[in-house]
Amino acid sequence: MSTVLFDTPGPRALARQRIYTVITAVVLGALLAAALWQLWTKEMITPDQWVAFTEPRILVALLEELVVATLAGAAVAIVLAVAFGAVFAAGRLADPAWIRLPCWAVIEFFRAVPLLLMIYVLFYGFGSTLGTFWSLVLALMLYNGSVLAEIFRAGIQAVPKGQSEAAYAIGMTKSQVLVQILAPQALRSMLPAIISQCVVALKDTTLGFAIGASGIVDVGERIYLARVYDNPFAVGIVLAAVFIVINYSLSRLAVYLESRMRQQGTQAVHVNEAEEAQPA
Amino acid sequence: MALKKTKAFATMAALALTLAACGGGGGDDVAVEDSPEFDSGTTMAELADAGKVTIGVKFDQPGIGYMPPGADVPEGFDIEMAKIVAGKLGIAPEDITWKETVSDNREPFLENGTVDLVLASYSITPERREVVGQAGPYYVTGQQLLVREEDKDKITGPDDLEGVKTCSVTGSTSIKTVEEEFGAEPVPFDTYSACVTQLENGSVDVVTTDGAILLGYAAETPDELEVVGEAFSEERYGIGFQKDDAEMCEFLTTTLTDSFEDGSYDEAFQSTLGESGVETPEPPAVDEGCTA
Amino acid sequence: MGPEYFSELISRLADGFVVTLQLLGWSLLFSTIIGTALGAMRVSPLAPLRAFGTAYVNIFRNTPLVVLFLIVVVGLPGIGFLPSFFWRAVMALSLYTAAFVCECVRSGVNTVEAGQAEAARSIGMDFGQSLRFVVLPQAFRAVIPPLASVYIALTKNTSVAAVFGITEATYQLSNLIRDFPGSLWVNFIGIALGYILIVAVISAIANMFERRVGVAA
Repeated sequence: MSTVLFDTPGPRALARQRIYTVITAVVLGALLAAALWQLWTKEMITPDQWVAFTEPRILVALLEELVVATLAGAAVAIVLAVAFGAVFAAGRLADPAWIRLPCWAVIEFFRAVPLLLMIYVLFYGFGSTLGTFWSLVLALMLYNGSVLAEIFRAGIQAVPKGQSEAAYAIGMTKSQVLVQILAPQALRSMLPAIISQCVVALKDTTLGFAIGASGIVDVGERIYLARVYDNPFAVGIVLAAVFIVINYSLSRLAVYLESRMRQQGTQAVHVNEAEEAQPA
Repeated sequence: MALKKTKAFATMAALALTLAACGGGGGDDVAVEDSPEFDSGTTMAELADAGKVTIGVKFDQPGIGYMPPGADVPEGFDIEMAKIVAGKLGIAPEDITWKETVSDNREPFLENGTVDLVLASYSITPERREVVGQAGPYYVTGQQLLVREEDKDKITGPDDLEGVKTCSVTGSTSIKTVEEEFGAEPVPFDTYSACVTQLENGSVDVVTTDGAILLGYAAETPDELEVVGEAFSEERYGIGFQKDDAEMCEFLTTTLTDSFEDGSYDEAFQSTLGESGVETPEPPAVDEGCTA
Repeated sequence: MGPEYFSELISRLADGFVVTLQLLGWSLLFSTIIGTALGAMRVSPLAPLRAFGTAYVNIFRNTPLVVLFLIVVVGLPGIGFLPSFFWRAVMALSLYTAAFVCECVRSGVNTVEAGQAEAARSIGMDFGQSLRFVVLPQAFRAVIPPLASVYIALTKNTSVAAVFGITEATYQLSNLIRDFPGSLWVNFIGIALGYILIVAVISAIANMFERRVGVAA
């Protein structure tokens, strides 16, 4: 295999690479073992640290919060965000400047402001009506919706020009073209991007922690704060593992859908790799 | 770690926790009125008829309002007081819905009816009485300092806080006082328990808030943590309810005064904060009205 | 809202954003170093390095930043890891952001076609020369836009430190509304504008770099 950095290795280079491979494997393995040993001797990963997770009551509490707060919050937020994104993407594609510019401003504003700040301000401003769950979910909707609006816009603009030209030619109005011709074609190509945004939303639900919203981080905190357990490191690892498993599966799903689309000849809209780096 | 322990100990303690949770944790013998009479149309009549009440409490303050992980029922002084109030409404402890209220959402929860009452180390202030009703006080405490045992001679009061890392809850008045009046370096966290964790691991040197809350922590590990100095503020814990409910104010005020006299207050304190060895304090004088 | 409020608003926003910028500066530096190293691992011919890079990215990209903060700020003190809260926040932010920087670097290198390096070698350049004059300039150009987005995300992510002991810009919101009831929206707009300004500056710098290294494709 030749890459931009390396030529296809010859027999001597291959032999050398094999030696280096063994050396790096040994060095990395040793470093990992040393780290684990350190954690073990400091009683961070000894069996007693995991006792809490063998108790049915605690497992039930974790699972319940995961489903009714974390997953449900992310799901509701994404559904709302898709609607928000569709409306504002349409607004940005509208002809009159008095629609286009405010929509542009709203999208740019919510993309630039930290999500945590939005959560706080919704909670302090409307918490009495919204409660913690909706303060969190609406903030997630505003942020993810704004990101999705940009993805939708890109998706619609990626539909071949001939499609809209043909539609105009048979006398359709601009909004008819958008709703009946462009959106359905764009939607399919945007599915992987929407799923990637689910990963972002799911991670972001943990910010509800800051306003005391329930969720699995909240349960986790309660576990390690209990003196009988006192295992913040172990709790952190378990929480991380839960998110890694769910998010990794979602990412694989997005990749799978994308490859299936490519086989069917639909070009998937690419999420900017970096959008995934958005808040926690 | 500050608290090292063996596997056997942890398993035992976990077992003890399970048992304690099943037992409900002290004060199960709260008096429940058989069929109390209230004027129709009052909130009390509504609650008594419904036979259930939702009460906002802390879940993270040992000794005051604390929910052990995985448990269904919280425990603590506020919880016991809430049971007394519910009892007067003819509502048994098991018919109380406990709702966690952190400091920031106590007023919102009362205003929108998420909870009927709040007993959550809820200080009576004129500002709060602008937006909610507050009956009481039923307990008077004040801002104090919690330090590690070995620092108790070094940090003895707020005047020793200059430049010292002092943890309290984000947006609390306690953190403002130590920062602005005593020059402490403020370290904000979301809960007092998170602050105590950082005190135990040595990341901060002081945790500050109401003495009652600090006592709850000190009682958990008496040989590691110590509450030091005199209180340098006065906090008067009251029961929060929806604003402009004059009958509720009267009911709560009477309930509190009764509890001071019939021994149920003393019992509530002794089974919770009193476990640290502190005497039940002299009951405070209850305010005449509940609004500003 | 009197003049007393506005002078207090300005001074607290200044205090907050100084800390925000410090968090941003250090995290940006460390995440770029770690991320670039990881990116190099992911395009290396050695399988164990590639595996390490891939594992790192999948772990840190899928873990919520709040959970990472929890491990670093609350969990790690257990092994006697006790730097100040500021450095713990920088560590959590850097480890998290490094995963995204790594992906930028990797995809940047991958955008350069193999033929480019082959052409460089065919005119007699050695590995270092081909890297310096042919591969990296092109990769760098491809990396700038996504990297700018990562740094913008990092700017916003510094706000999470407010929940873990740091008195930065977002912390000032609760700090201000406690002392000035009714000032919520003015505070919010003030803090939001601060972040928008930082984001705008990062975008502007990225555009400038892109133009400077931009060669007609």
